[in-house]
Amino acid sequence: MIGMSRDFSLTRSCDPSYRWARHEQKLVKLVLWLCALFSVGVTFGIVFILVQESRPFFSEVGLKNFLFGLHWAPLFEPREFGVLPILWGTLLVSLGASVISVPIGLGIAIFLSEFAWSSTRSFFKPVIELLAGIPSVVFGYFALITITPALRMIIPSTEVFNALSAAIVVGIMTIPMISSLSDDALRSVPRSLREAGYAMGATPFEVTLQVVLPAAISGVIASIILAFSRAIGETMAVTLAAGATPKLTMNFLESIQTMTSYIVQVSMGDTPHGSIEYHSLFAVAIILFVITLSFNIMAEWILKKTRITYG
Amino acid sequence: MVMTSKQPPAPDLVRGSSELRYRWTKTKIFRRTCRTVSYVLVVIVGYLLWGVLRDGWSWISWDFVSQYASRLPERSGIKAAILGSIWVISITILFAIPVGVGAGTYIEELMPEGKLKSFIAVNIQNLAGVPSIVYGILGLALFVRALGFGNSVLSGGLTLGTLILPIIIIVTRESLRNVPVHIRQAALALGATQWQTVKYHILPTSFSGILTGVILAVSRAMGETAPLILVGAVAYIRYTPESPMDSYTTMPIQIYNWVGKPKEDFHDLAAAGIIVLLTLMLLFNVVAIVLRHKKQKTYI
Repeated sequence: MIGMSRDFSLTRSCDPSYRWARHEQKLVKLVLWLCALFSVGVTFGIVFILVQESRPFFSEVGLKNFLFGLHWAPLFEPREFGVLPILWGTLLVSLGASVISVPIGLGIAIFLSEFAWSSTRSFFKPVIELLAGIPSVVFGYFALITITPALRMIIPSTEVFNALSAAIVVGIMTIPMISSLSDDALRSVPRSLREAGYAMGATPFEVTLQVVLPAAISGVIASIILAFSRAIGETMAVTLAAGATPKLTMNFLESIQTMTSYIVQVSMGDTPHGSIEYHSLFAVAIILFVITLSFNIMAEWILKKTRITYG
Repeated sequence: MVMTSKQPPAPDLVRGSSELRYRWTKTKIFRRTCRTVSYVLVVIVGYLLWGVLRDGWSWISWDFVSQYASRLPERSGIKAAILGSIWVISITILFAIPVGVGAGTYIEELMPEGKLKSFIAVNIQNLAGVPSIVYGILGLALFVRALGFGNSVLSGGLTLGTLILPIIIIVTRESLRNVPVHIRQAALALGATQWQTVKYHILPTSFSGILTGVILAVSRAMGETAPLILVGAVAYIRYTPESPMDSYTTMPIQIYNWVGKPKEDFHDLAAAGIIVLLTLMLLFNVVAIVLRHKKQKTYI
């Protein structure tokens, strides 16, 4: 549209007002181009800084020790920098969170798109938006002050800092992401498909599970992946609730440490610039960045490749 | 087409047949489960927020808002944090809104279609999914160290600005895309340049849409904690920033600090801080909702 009409007015530029308009446009385009360049530059800035600042770390510790080491003890002697314990901590919390957020998020999405009246919908939508807008430090408060004491009442062997409380609260945080995106996906399935199902004599349960859900599956899976990626990057709630004990454990009731809470722990202390701890922040951040980025790209890919158009 | 995977059931359409009743029972149970799960979430959210109100409400007073943080819970206030948040968010707004709206406008309106444009679009989409703490790392290396801004309001504001930049670009592009094509065509047909079309017609038409998205992005920045910890927001200060180069604390940082203390009174203070923070964010959101409903100039 725009390309077609680009220079029609400008070729007749004998009139000074036309000439000014052309100069103005050139100037504005340059400024806005710089804005866009900066935004794109952020990505390269992140990559460049992560690589540049973690180089001293890798030259001292070695890539192999970092990626496959089973002990993470960066702040005490003898120092060890095996990332697996904190990587495992992150995965433990994120997987636990998915166990909560996937069924509840999908249940809400199905309820809102298939069963709820529009008045019920307009009650739920703001509640979900509210939940999505609550800052993560507030979820940290919920975890530490409300959920952990409740858990300790039910299971007395729970530690004060534990992975379960963090997983629950991160699960609640990521519910809006799954429910909103899946709701959109389910609602974009055309009515005719549902009606065809009903015309064949299927019950609403059968239509939902065998017609609507398969038709919207790419959107649903993408929402789950995005929620998982969000859980991996989640910081404050996990830092407050899960503690700072890097360990390879399957026990949700113990204190653990995630990659994000390690980053916070180091930056809360007085870490001298240039020390190995300082550079280890960037090495951990690389893993975090690569994992979340690949999950996001995977979600986009699924959405794009499996998009079925119903015409 | 639906039940191809299984042997289709024998056609038995007599009402009340046990097979049909079984299938409808499944539907009822399923529907009830979905509904229960949805209401349970509402109850949980309500319970969590009620807990904050219960613990924090009695601490809310004028003293709480007008005093600095203290070792003694009963003499602690959130003044430094409120003013610090205002300082940081002001820098964020000054930086992220012009750059974000500018970049969004350029990409959506002025950029020629092609590979580069779709590359940039994907790039910005991915940036929006990068965890906030990674932006903190970027801020630490770039603003605090490389550019030498130190642990200042300026570093914090720019870091949060970079964080919400992709969100602002995405909402700007969406709002611009919603402007009907004929407005563009009419302006261009009358001999306006591309930029005149954007300046006089497209931006004014999509103004409230952009503003809504920007307000939501800024409210997100206001609640961010992790990036600010990395760029050196200080937990305990007894003065308010006077210039962009001063050190600072913000409301989420103050809340984090109070939640982490062992003494119970500090937890109640944290709850009071949360009430103040959520009230401010809610106000932002109400403004956004009002703007969304007060529809922009509609050309149809």
